[in-house]
Amino acid sequence: MELWYTDKHTKDVHFTMKVENQIASVESEYQRIDILETVEFGKVLVLDGELMISQKDEFIYHEMITHVPMAVHPNVKNVLVIGAGDGGTIRELTKYDTIENIDMVEIDKMVVRMCREYFQETACKLDDPRVNMYFEEGLRFVRMKKDEYDLIIVDCADPYGPAEGFFTREFYGNCFKALHDDGILINQHESPYYSEHSRTVQKAHQHIQLVFPYSTVYQCHIPSYPSGHWLFGFASKKYDPIKDLREDYWNSLNMKTRYYNTDLHKGSFYLPTYVKELLEIGKNNE
Amino acid sequence: MEKRKLTQQDTPIHRALEEQRLNRLAHFDVPGHKGGRGNKELKEFLGADCVKLDMNSMKPLDNLCHPVSVIKDAQQLAAEAFGADEAFFIVNGTTAAVQAMIMTATVAGDKIIMPRNVHRSAINALVVNGAMPVYVNPGVNKKLGIPLGMSVADVKQAIQENPDAKAILVNNPTYYGICSDIKEIVRIAHEHGMLVLADEAHGTHFYFSDKLPVSAMEAGADMAAVSMHKTGGSLTQSSILLTRKTVNADYVRQIINLTQTTSGSYLLLSSLDIARKNMSLNGKFYSDRMIELATYAREEINKLGGYYAFGDELIDKDMVYDFDRTKLSIHTRDIGLAGIEVYDLLRDDYGIQIEFGDIGNILAIISGGDRNLEIERLISALSEIKRLHEREKAGMFDHEYINPKVVMGPHKAFFSKKFSVPIEESSGMICSEFVMCYPPGIPILAPGEMITTEIIHYIQYAKEKGCLVTGTQDMKIENINVVDTNVTVMPN
Repeated sequence: MELWYTDKHTKDVHFTMKVENQIASVESEYQRIDILETVEFGKVLVLDGELMISQKDEFIYHEMITHVPMAVHPNVKNVLVIGAGDGGTIRELTKYDTIENIDMVEIDKMVVRMCREYFQETACKLDDPRVNMYFEEGLRFVRMKKDEYDLIIVDCADPYGPAEGFFTREFYGNCFKALHDDGILINQHESPYYSEHSRTVQKAHQHIQLVFPYSTVYQCHIPSYPSGHWLFGFASKKYDPIKDLREDYWNSLNMKTRYYNTDLHKGSFYLPTYVKELLEIGKNNE
Repeated sequence: MEKRKLTQQDTPIHRALEEQRLNRLAHFDVPGHKGGRGNKELKEFLGADCVKLDMNSMKPLDNLCHPVSVIKDAQQLAAEAFGADEAFFIVNGTTAAVQAMIMTATVAGDKIIMPRNVHRSAINALVVNGAMPVYVNPGVNKKLGIPLGMSVADVKQAIQENPDAKAILVNNPTYYGICSDIKEIVRIAHEHGMLVLADEAHGTHFYFSDKLPVSAMEAGADMAAVSMHKTGGSLTQSSILLTRKTVNADYVRQIINLTQTTSGSYLLLSSLDIARKNMSLNGKFYSDRMIELATYAREEINKLGGYYAFGDELIDKDMVYDFDRTKLSIHTRDIGLAGIEVYDLLRDDYGIQIEFGDIGNILAIISGGDRNLEIERLISALSEIKRLHEREKAGMFDHEYINPKVVMGPHKAFFSKKFSVPIEESSGMICSEFVMCYPPGIPILAPGEMITTEIIHYIQYAKEKGCLVTGTQDMKIENINVVDTNVTVMPN
């Protein structure tokens, strides 16, 4: 007998992986949570049928969502992470001794519980003393904050479910308010490739642009995600992601990474023409 | 075969439609799209299932004008669910239900007592049937600039001054959620032989919760127009008219048939049927949820500062006898923005569509269909609007309610010989048409009323602030038709 798990990348494009066994399956207050052992991708975390992370390529996502801003901002002490229940983003952030506090706001306690039990690879640093976990609505949490954070990372699911609110202009505006004068906002920005998603990507970028003085996107390649081509948003009040990159400093940290390096950092902001056109990058930022 | 007794679990119209769909009839009747085959684009747009259900009256589906089977059954179940003696399904909007109430209770020349902040549909009914309005000043909350309810004392006075009035119309509640003491008004009205008609366009949910103001039927009113499509979950334009034994139901049906379509949409009718079942079985749950969401939103919005989301504290047992806590009305003037400006910002910048914005307030409708996410989005967007757009509140309009001077009946004024003048030159003339600020659809001027400078200023300001001003023949609302008092052609 063969078991296969299909992630619907679009309604017409499916991505299917062979499953060795189902490790866990629970229904939380918010969603169905599955953890599967797959042949090629190792363990995968699936929320409401949608693939969130795979053991094999999660490092790409988590390194790119954290080290890019950390190599730019010279003084990150207080970080807000929204979502991130699997713990991967926290794992990367805790590599920096200079960070003093990490507030993590995840709506679904059960995701954290499941990852602590079955996804130690990512959840391993959730007990770091600098991490404060809040299980509540991220929109509400950030609304209450003013001039508190150096860095906000939005590590959420696709905007077609509970995470919809994290792709809105009001949310980005609330993040702006919650950041210090030199703060940076990083958000997972979906894939621009399939037409079903490209408008969402475009809209989200337009919203961020209306809120932050500097905003652009950068890219990476995540094999298990739709089209494999993934974007992150880089929005900032002060720092430029390339001009303000502290290359020597970051390399002097001798941090062990498997995807991120400072050459790739610069390269990741050079985008394909169709993406530049979609987001009108280069047009508005000149 | 003996007929099974129907319960609130049943949906007779819905079931009959399902049966007809399965019967796969060959249709040589209207509608001519024949299940969408004759209009492919429409079929693709609305969905094949939906278009196939768009059928016409036939024996198994009953007839809205003369209900004897499934529509009759469905109406009886609705009457039972709402605690009425009879229920009539309406497919021309609650406007038609309000007009049916007024035309049942009055004929030409009869007086009807009503608060000025009635919906335009009520005054339209007077234009049609020639009855005369006796307006009760609903009072205004000066800080918020919103019209309130009728005080019992004012109703008593109106009755004493007009003992020949046939009926009293009560908003239960107003658009803003404000209720008059309808129980007491019913008592006094019945003492004086007058009927009580309730416009419950915004009160459908009252029938399904004991935590909300009293419903008209429970208060003993004789007729009530219930906008099932607003907070009851049926399709837009579908509505229910409820009556008690104190009015002749067969006469009511005749009145409805004067103006209602003879091709009642089964999509609308079945939506009423299903919505009635849903509210009857789950209405308490929905109402609790609506109260919970609105209460949470009020607390959070009031914490933002500048905004005032008003609630229970308005209750004074007089002009605000009770308040519908599911309504989320927010006063915006203290951040220096007119309600209509916040309304536009919410939609244009944040993709949030709310019910209306007037000069000083916005109103968000909360229903059983709402989720936490959207509530959080609304609060966050209001927080952003304040951060980005707050300004001094100087130069804002100071009041919303203007007492009308009725100098001629609405019917007479509307059908009189008239001429058109620029609005700013119309002071001192008798208006022969409506001027409304929409939403909320409360007349600034109605036919037969004296135009004053104060009213002209109000219209200009409302236009400046982007309210949708409507009602005049002139689509640009620059000119107004006034009664030519030199001509003595009087229609009644």
